[in-house]
Parts: sequence; structure tokens; C-alpha cells
Amino acid sequence: MADPAPKPAATFDCRNAFVQTLEELAAADPRIVAVVNDSVGSSKLGGFQKAFPDRLINVGIAEQTMVGVGAGLANGGRIPFVSGASCFLTGRALEQIKADVAYSNYNVKLVGQSSGIAYGELGPTHHSIEDLAWLRVLNNLTLIVPSDPWETSEAVRWAAAHEGPVFIRVSRMPVPELSRPNREFRVGKAETLRTGGHVAIIACGTTVHLALAAAEALAGEGIEARVLNMATINPLDEEAVLAAAKTGAIVTVEEASVRGGLGGAVAELTSRNQPVPIEMVGFPGFVPTGSVEWLFDHFGLSASGIAAAARRALSRKA
Amino acid sequence: MTSQHSTVTHPNDPLPMIREKALWMRRRAFRMVYEARLGHPGGDFSAIDTLATLYFGVLRYDPAQPAWEGRDRFIMSKGHATGALYTALAAAGYFPEDWLNSYMQPESMLNGHPNRNYLPGVETNTGPLGHGVPVATGIAIAGQVTGAGYRTYVLTGDGELQEGSNWESAMTAGHRKLRNLTLIVDRNRLQQGAETEATNGLDPLDDKFRAFGWHVEMVDGHDHAALLDVLGAPVGAREKPLCVIANTVKGKGVSFMENQASWHHGIPNTEQFNIAMEELV
Repeated sequence: MADPAPKPAATFDCRNAFVQTLEELAAADPRIVAVVNDSVGSSKLGGFQKAFPDRLINVGIAEQTMVGVGAGLANGGRIPFVSGASCFLTGRALEQIKADVAYSNYNVKLVGQSSGIAYGELGPTHHSIEDLAWLRVLNNLTLIVPSDPWETSEAVRWAAAHEGPVFIRVSRMPVPELSRPNREFRVGKAETLRTGGHVAIIACGTTVHLALAAAEALAGEGIEARVLNMATINPLDEEAVLAAAKTGAIVTVEEASVRGGLGGAVAELTSRNQPVPIEMVGFPGFVPTGSVEWLFDHFGLSASGIAAAARRALSRKA
Repeated sequence: MTSQHSTVTHPNDPLPMIREKALWMRRRAFRMVYEARLGHPGGDFSAIDTLATLYFGVLRYDPAQPAWEGRDRFIMSKGHATGALYTALAAAGYFPEDWLNSYMQPESMLNGHPNRNYLPGVETNTGPLGHGVPVATGIAIAGQVTGAGYRTYVLTGDGELQEGSNWESAMTAGHRKLRNLTLIVDRNRLQQGAETEATNGLDPLDDKFRAFGWHVEMVDGHDHAALLDVLGAPVGAREKPLCVIANTVKGKGVSFMENQASWHHGIPNTEQFNIAMEELV
């Protein structure tokens, strides 16, 4: 059953924020190059290619080479943005991400496009719900999951300026621009979008606006839910998570597998330091055929689903 | 952005130096394996003549400035051959020779596979096979994009070429006509457990690379003069990446190791060590 809440007025495809920012940065810094796997169109890099034809390196359908070439470009003093569908970039080239980028600690920016279940009906081969679990255990790799166009743009800017490996997870699913108390992008710091002491909802990426809607609904029942935008999965803002655990109940929300991603990170930390009931909203594994909207709703990635998870967490509160 | 550097100068006739260094590298690498009780001496010894030729006759580098932007790059894609790589880097002056004593010891900078974050002169962390050629291709593309004059050399094992990632990158390098890229195949015809041709055959290897758009040279990988000729030749009018198939002998230089797959990661006992030291003169 779909949420009764009206759709926000305007939604945005974060890929546009990614390419606009990258083109702007590339105009100012000749070291910036893009590396793609036949993914100029799906990464929306057509404009970049037109503006900087020599700096768009298309290796064809060859993800292992794409990532290795990225590391080599970094060795040669370039700042490569390696961009491809997240499912192939992370799944096919995981060992290159581990050895050539993270372990070698090269200044490579990996951009996982159309992540999560953005490819809906195309099915689990094209979904990328495992990427957060695979990548967050790699040392040196900063893992960012922006929630809207503004945050995507800030993440790209930060990545270009940062010396070291970064992975940015970009969605193609339209999301609203979040209203924020402070427009300050801080890597490794959770952003408190709503205060509350009964339960804490920790969300990332495309689900943050849904978490806010859930908190709004819960407020109507007298439940004050804190909402944290955990855009950086690695390194995790441990202080914010442990503070959230002090509410006595946590809900994690991610457009990813409930195994090993944001929920896993929060559970690892709290179980060692501040044990707390946690409800994890996400996908249980390979999902059945369905549209993006259907899958989100079916698996509780919705205001009502997240609110229900919050009530379950509250019912388990000590 | 050019940093202060003084590039090594190779003698007009580098062959005596290459010969001397190759012998030293074999003796030192074998001692490392003997003392650590770990290592891959067979593959070290098939590659050492190539590395000695590169570091003492071909490459432009400054061991005091390992990050000098204009340096030629060498990538040891068969990252397990650390006996060859570490002795070459020590002999080249990247770090003191006594660091070799710590080979594979707890918290040593000389891991079983090279780590660029610990050890100067290592370009990228290899170990899993099939990683060096893609990274070298990226370095060569960076040189192509910027017009930098450096050259990039990558050495792979032959069994390693069974990894598909090499062929992805071979396509890319051929397609982009990366004339500044040289791939050396350490063609010792043995992989860990058996002959390459009995496992997943590579021949005709030269034809494969030609079909992927490369210029191919075949040399005796233990003939320093022949190696110097092909590796030291200027790019000139060549418009393709260069593949040098170095025909080698696994365990070259020690009678009981030569062409024995068991010496891929065989460890010498004291008697074998002493025999090897007598033979390596």
C-alpha cells in the first residue's frame, strides 16, 4: 500500500548534480579526468566528453581495467573520477578496488552510478545493494552516500580536493532537495536533520527524505524521532551513533542489503559499546521483480514502513 | 611542477654492471628466502636478468626522489617475485641493503608482496595476478594525456596471462596506441603447479599480442645484451605498445632449481643453499 503523503513538488536525479559539479571542477583543474566503462550516457558524461574530449577515458566494457587504469592515472598525477553502474563497478572490479585503490591508497574517486535497486525490473544482476557491505570494510576508502543533489555536489567537490580514495554512491532515482538547518557538508559527521529523544532513525542516501516523513508521522503519535543523515558510512561517525543509542532504540534505513551495510556498521559499534534494539530497513537480499516504487514500498522503504520499524524498535526498548 | 632530482646515469656500456648486479641479486634473494623460510625463488630467478637490465641499463629514476613525476615506471605485476624486486630496489639505492634482512619478518616493510606505502620505489601494490597491466596502462594513458616523456614498463608472469584483466587492458593499450608502454612477459613456461601449456595454454603468445595491436619482440630473457637492445631502444617511430616476450628458465642459475615447478615457492635447506652459493659466482 503506497504512502498517503503527497509527493514533494520537485525531485532531482543526482547524476545531474554529479556531472555539473565535475564539469565545473574539471574546467578549473586540468588534472581531473573521467574514466568510464562504456557508461558515458548512463553516467551523463556526454557534456564532460564534449568539453574535455582528451580527458574522458572510455576503456569499454572492462571494469577491472577501468579501476586499474584509474589507479595508474593517479600514479601519473591525474585525479580520476571512475564512473560506472555501481553493480558492475563494485562487483566486477572488487579486487581492483581493494588492491589497486584502497590498499595501494591511490587518489582515485570511484563513482557508483544508479546504485541500490535503481534498475528495478532489471533485477538483482543490475541492483547494487551489496556495495556498502563490500566497500565499507576496506581501509583508506571514504564511503559517501549523498542524499540529494546538494549533498552529491558537495561530495564530489570534497572528493576532488581530498587526497585519497573515495567512493561516492549516486542514485538515478529522483529525490527531493532536503531542507537543512545548516548547509555544511562534513565528511565523517552525521547530520542531525531532526532532534528527538524517543528513537533515532539513521538513514543515508535516497531514504533520508523518507526517514524525515516517518518522523513527521511519528510526531503525530507523540513519538519524537531523531533523524540522522549518515552520508559517510566509512569512517562512521561513532560519536553520533553512540549518542543515538542513548535514545534506547535505533532504526537504520538504506537502499541496500540489510546485511553488512549501514545497519551492520551501526550494529557492530553499538553491540560493543552501547547495546540497543535496532531495526534495519533495507532489502533482505535478492529481491523479486518489481518497479523501483514497488520495491521500496514492498520492503518498507517508505514513511509508513520506517515508522512501523520505529514502533517495533520502541517496543523492544529496555 | 618539477621537483629537484638527479636521474641515475647508466654507463655507456652497462653490461658489466648489469651482470654484476644480476649475480648479486640472485645471491641476495636466495639468502632472503633461505633465512625467511618463505618466498618464490623460481620466479625470482627467471625475472632477475630483466630487472637488472632495467634498473642498471634502461630506467630513468632518482632513488632519492621516488615520486619524481618524470620517472620511468616499473611495475612488478607478478608481485610474489619480491626477491627479485626488493634486491633490485635495494641495489638501485631506494633503501639500505640491510632492510632486506627483515624480509617477511613481523611488521617488516618487506611484505611477501610489495606495498608502495611502505617501500620507496614500489609503484603499486601487486600480489593478486592480473593487476599490473591495467595499472601500467593507466600510467601510460596519463603520460599520453599530459605529454609527459616517461615510459612505463610492466613485467608479468606467463601463467598470470591466464587472468582476463590482462587482455582487457591489452585491448585498451592497443586501441589507444600506447607507444610509451612496454609489457615484458617472463615466459618461463611454468606456473605454480605445472607447465602453462599443460594448464591453460598461451601459445602462440606473440600472435595473440599482435592481434591485440602490439608490437612484439622475442628475446632470451637471460641475455643481458639482447634485453638491453629491446628494452633500451627508443620508442622512435613505433606507434604501438611494445610486448617483449622474454623466454626464461624458472630457477635460472641454480642447477637443481632450473625448470622445476616445485621451486615456484620451494625453500632451500642448508645443503641446497650452499650448493647455490657455490654455483652463483
